[in-house]
Amino acid sequence: MRHLLDFQGWTRGQVESLLDTARVMAEVLERPVKRVPALRGFTVATVFFEPSTRTRLSFELAARRMSADVVSFAAQASSLQKGESYKDTLLTLEAMGIDAYVIRADAAGVPHQAARWVKGVVVNGGDGRRAHPTQALLDAYTLLEALGSLEGKKIAIVGDILHSRVARSNVELLPLLGAEVWVAGPPTLLPQRLPGARLTPHLDEALAEADAVMVLRLQKERMEAGLIHLQDYIAHYQVTERRLRKAKPHALLLHPGPMNRDVELEGTLADSERSLVNRQVHNGVAVRMAVLYHLLVGREG
Amino acid sequence: MLLIKNVTLVDALGERGPADVLIGEGRILSLSGGEAERILDGKGLLLAPGFLDLHAHLREPGQEVKEDLASGLLAAVRGGYTDIVSMPNTTPPVDTPEAVRALRKKAQALGLARLHPAAALTQGQEGKALTEAGLLKEAGASLLTDDGRTNEDTGVLAAGLLGAAVFGLPVAVHAEDTSLRRGGVTNDGPLADLLGLPGNPPEAEAARIARDLEVLRYAVRRSQKKPHLHIQHLSTKRGLELVREAKRAGLPVTAEATPHHLTLTEEALRSFDPLFKVAPPLRTQEDVEALIEGLLEGTLDALATDHAPHTQAEKEMDLLRAPFGIPSLEVAFPLLYTELHLKRGFPLKRLVELFTDGPRNILGLKPIHLEEGAEANLVLLDPKEGPVDPRGFASKAKFSPWAGWTLGGWPVLTLVEGRVVYQALE
Ligand SMILES: [Zn+2]
Repeated sequence: MRHLLDFQGWTRGQVESLLDTARVMAEVLERPVKRVPALRGFTVATVFFEPSTRTRLSFELAARRMSADVVSFAAQASSLQKGESYKDTLLTLEAMGIDAYVIRADAAGVPHQAARWVKGVVVNGGDGRRAHPTQALLDAYTLLEALGSLEGKKIAIVGDILHSRVARSNVELLPLLGAEVWVAGPPTLLPQRLPGARLTPHLDEALAEADAVMVLRLQKERMEAGLIHLQDYIAHYQVTERRLRKAKPHALLLHPGPMNRDVELEGTLADSERSLVNRQVHNGVAVRMAVLYHLLVGREG
Repeated sequence: MLLIKNVTLVDALGERGPADVLIGEGRILSLSGGEAERILDGKGLLLAPGFLDLHAHLREPGQEVKEDLASGLLAAVRGGYTDIVSMPNTTPPVDTPEAVRALRKKAQALGLARLHPAAALTQGQEGKALTEAGLLKEAGASLLTDDGRTNEDTGVLAAGLLGAAVFGLPVAVHAEDTSLRRGGVTNDGPLADLLGLPGNPPEAEAARIARDLEVLRYAVRRSQKKPHLHIQHLSTKRGLELVREAKRAGLPVTAEATPHHLTLTEEALRSFDPLFKVAPPLRTQEDVEALIEGLLEGTLDALATDHAPHTQAEKEMDLLRAPFGIPSLEVAFPLLYTELHLKRGFPLKRLVELFTDGPRNILGLKPIHLEEGAEANLVLLDPKEGPVDPRGFASKAKFSPWAGWTLGGWPVLTLVEGRVVYQALE
């Protein structure tokens, strides 16, 4: 692979090889000196047209742990509109000798556009509703860590599927590793179809015998747009202790953060022993190290 | 005097010839030769009446950075158009008789394609207060439309149709229910869901057409004069079915389709390239097939470009922020000549009719046929194939979704009232 934009066209072998590298990187992060020279001489730019401190820090830390130089560019898309195009911005960075661009944007496809414009490698750091591939990779990594294998495992993704890049990337990635993916949400927040997933407006159907449940953040805008009613959502789609009894006895819980406690998820569940939320954040750095390493050095993968 | 020898004639009446067409005094003087200062070899070329575009955005006044009358009307004649209807969604909108007159005066001075400005149906295109239909008509407005805005207020649209009917002006509508469309940027469906793009449902078009046709029914019942509703850039199978039913019921409705809705589908959005962002959006192959059927059978009366130039920088934004629109004046005929006629056997006669008499009829203009005495508004077309190269466009918008496509049927000579306004012949 030349860029990481989404998982269209990816093979199981490529994913597994990337996750194997992530395991090596995770070991590096356990050492007293958490730094290797793998990317010495490379420059990584985080280009965030939409703010996301967590994701940016995770990528920047990943790059620094491998001795890359890091520059970060943050811009509100609104200021870009005043004349300078995305392309101009990226070509300016290109002229400074950037090797890899981590691009985050509120519109689907910006990393795809960028990949046509720049010579360096492009990592999608989240684009609109389209994809958040490193989040899906860290979710898969975290699930594998807990379950050993995803072969035949049932994973339920719950919430606002339609507007979720996390859901889309997981629906592309998890089936590559053998998982059966269900997505559940209110009809106004469900896509018409997503290859790789079973869709249902009934939460119980998705939770039944699930090995893991991924809960998505519910954005306020959806209520403002009249797509759902908050209390109705809580009544029918909040993942609760009681509802989780439908799932496998020790079904795991994931959440890409930040969480609205007691909205999409019963607050106490977030801190329960079945919650993998902190592991997800922890694993994010190792996974992003693996992605940068693969794209910049291990291109044969 | 200009003599085009051995040229094949094609108009709404059909293909015939070869003929030796003698042109002078702004007319076709003879189809069997004569004395001339300039003689062109027309062997292998097609001579057609000049095209009329019902739907071009020329951006003047106010958005000259995108296009102006000079660049737009030059693009027009390079595309074989001798007559152009400019959309009124400029800055400010063309909503007064003075604005219409000013545009016509300026266009006349340029001496390129002839301009027939459309005026806004409502003041400021705000959908609230009507403009002065009668005075606009006297100033030279060709039709009334709030194109780009969608006439939310049903009562205002009804009053507009009634008022325009008195003066014989068509009312053209951009048929999209904006509340159903929401922020849609591509055809709503499984592909939009997969790509994570907000969808614009085909039902948003159909719902608005259904309403507009009921408003037309009302206007017909209330008016002594015949109202005329024209539906712009129809994009869906269902929308087409509604127009077909309405025509069968005898309602005075006409409709147009664009080159992009006939040659591209939503699949183009897989590239996430805002070049393909257009309103209404590119639809499915099934819709394309329905539109082509609609052109053949006459449910669609005209081809219209919806030529919508923007700056390069605007189209280098993301899909949410980039503006809607595709520039197409310079490729419309070659594109459809190649994709519809050459590749699919669409009758050339009907194709030419959709560029000439079809749109002329909507504006109440007489048909132009290639016969002695006819006005010399003509285009000479070369079937030889060549690539689309937007860098050579006269339009300020030097990009195209068809860049690199190989097309035949390029205009090589355009005459307006007998004057050569464009030529690409040795
Ligand atoms: Zn329009």
